[in-house]
Amino acid sequence: MRRVAIIGVGMSKFGEVWERGFRELVAEAGLRAIEDAKVQGEEIDALFGGTMAAGRLIGQEHIAALIADYMGINPTAATRVEDACASGGVALRTGMMAVASGLHDMVVVGGVEKMTDVAVGDATSALGGAGDQEWELFMGATFPSLYAFIAQRHMKDYGTTEEQMAAVAVKNHANASKNKYAQYQNEITIEQVMKSKVIASPLKLFDCSPITDGAAAVVLCPLDKAKKYTDTPIEIIGTGQASDTIALHSRESFTTLKATKIAAKKAYDMAKVGPKDIKVAEVHDCFTIAELLAIEDLGFFKKGEGGKATANGETALNSKISINTSGGLKGCGHPVGATGVKQAVEIAWQLRGDAGARQVSGAEYGLTQNVGGSGATAVVHIYKRAD
Amino acid sequence: MWRRIPERYRMAGSLCENCRQNFFPRRTFCPICRRKGKIVDKQMSGKGKVFAYSLVTAPPVGYEGEIPYILAIIELDEGPKVTAQIVDCKCDKLEIGTKVKSAFRRITEDGDEGIIYYGFKFKLDK
Ligand SMILES: [Zn+2]
Repeated sequence: MRRVAIIGVGMSKFGEVWERGFRELVAEAGLRAIEDAKVQGEEIDALFGGTMAAGRLIGQEHIAALIADYMGINPTAATRVEDACASGGVALRTGMMAVASGLHDMVVVGGVEKMTDVAVGDATSALGGAGDQEWELFMGATFPSLYAFIAQRHMKDYGTTEEQMAAVAVKNHANASKNKYAQYQNEITIEQVMKSKVIASPLKLFDCSPITDGAAAVVLCPLDKAKKYTDTPIEIIGTGQASDTIALHSRESFTTLKATKIAAKKAYDMAKVGPKDIKVAEVHDCFTIAELLAIEDLGFFKKGEGGKATANGETALNSKISINTSGGLKGCGHPVGATGVKQAVEIAWQLRGDAGARQVSGAEYGLTQNVGGSGATAVVHIYKRAD
Repeated sequence: MWRRIPERYRMAGSLCENCRQNFFPRRTFCPICRRKGKIVDKQMSGKGKVFAYSLVTAPPVGYEGEIPYILAIIELDEGPKVTAQIVDCKCDKLEIGTKVKSAFRRITEDGDEGIIYYGFKFKLDK
């Protein structure tokens, strides 16, 4: 198996981008990544595109071919990857496999979602497709309500409080305010989160990631060729992916995402590092409670102690471990299929020292964790600067 | 939709005679025993207790007329957990562990064709 490096990254400004369409967003992110990698379009021999619900949200399928077309990299092997909100992270893993196997030499991984062309209720229903259509959605479940169940159990079993969950949103907005690509550029307070409208108790509007348009892309090649293109290749040294039951109610425990734990173990084992080696991580905070589960399941904090640690500032920028320096899904935005790729873009910037005002100091390794649905898919990657 | 009528109308589930695990909704294959499993029909009693609940105020398409509604995860006496609404009840009457039983109700309506879908909701089991 060949070692794989990221040699270029790019993303569009995340947000409600009503004046630009799906194809403008992917072209922008993809071209930035290709420019960053200093490769020629004709060198790219494969593209993996992560998107969750383009069919429901913009009526467009066959999006990998469309992305290749609008990035001007035809003819190439263009393939769509869909694993709900983990589509981007799984596209990255698929691209990595393509390069590691030796089948492809220069691969673009893109992620995109254009979500604000439909009404909020339609977007809620489209995203609901990540759950069990017949036994969750039909009963009136929404993603906020599924994560509300997780939050309620975490509160009951470990004494986690609504204020501790609010601290996740406050921290992620603070990070987002230092990221020009983020949907939100404003800081918020615990009080604002606590006073925001209830969506599915105990979760309130500011516990939820927003509806976002955006795209992100990375360029991958074999590590031994990476130095030809960049002085600072970022090697992907570990990858892991796991599945779990599609319905939340079929799981024994609600307070751990087993798929995250298994994916993380595989990634740590492959990378030969452990949670203590990680100083910067992008985790899947689709809801504030999801970040608490993530930092526990990834081994950064003991089970049940994520809320307290967050409220104590232990996950803030340049603290014990910097979590979601991009602003996370909450602050940077959550264009579903783009999120997993954006996480890799942020970690590449951090490890290269290109993260500006939100730069983490002294991070040798970085990690990303991307979740599909309520945890039926999880994918974890570990990165290291390889110069 | 019609395929699910036995499960949605009377909570028909499955039992694996090999591992004695009950399943709801029905399974044709035991995910625990795999090829060694032996699946037979098993009727759920419709009784259980609240495992988690939430007051939903932001509905998906088709549930706009229902809000706010209480959505819950119910742990059935037979073991499986299900997601369903709790009706005829206020949130402050509920806690984790509250006993509930199933009731046959209208779930939603298809806006375009006006088809009404029925299924189970839960109410307090006093
Ligand atoms: Zn069995």
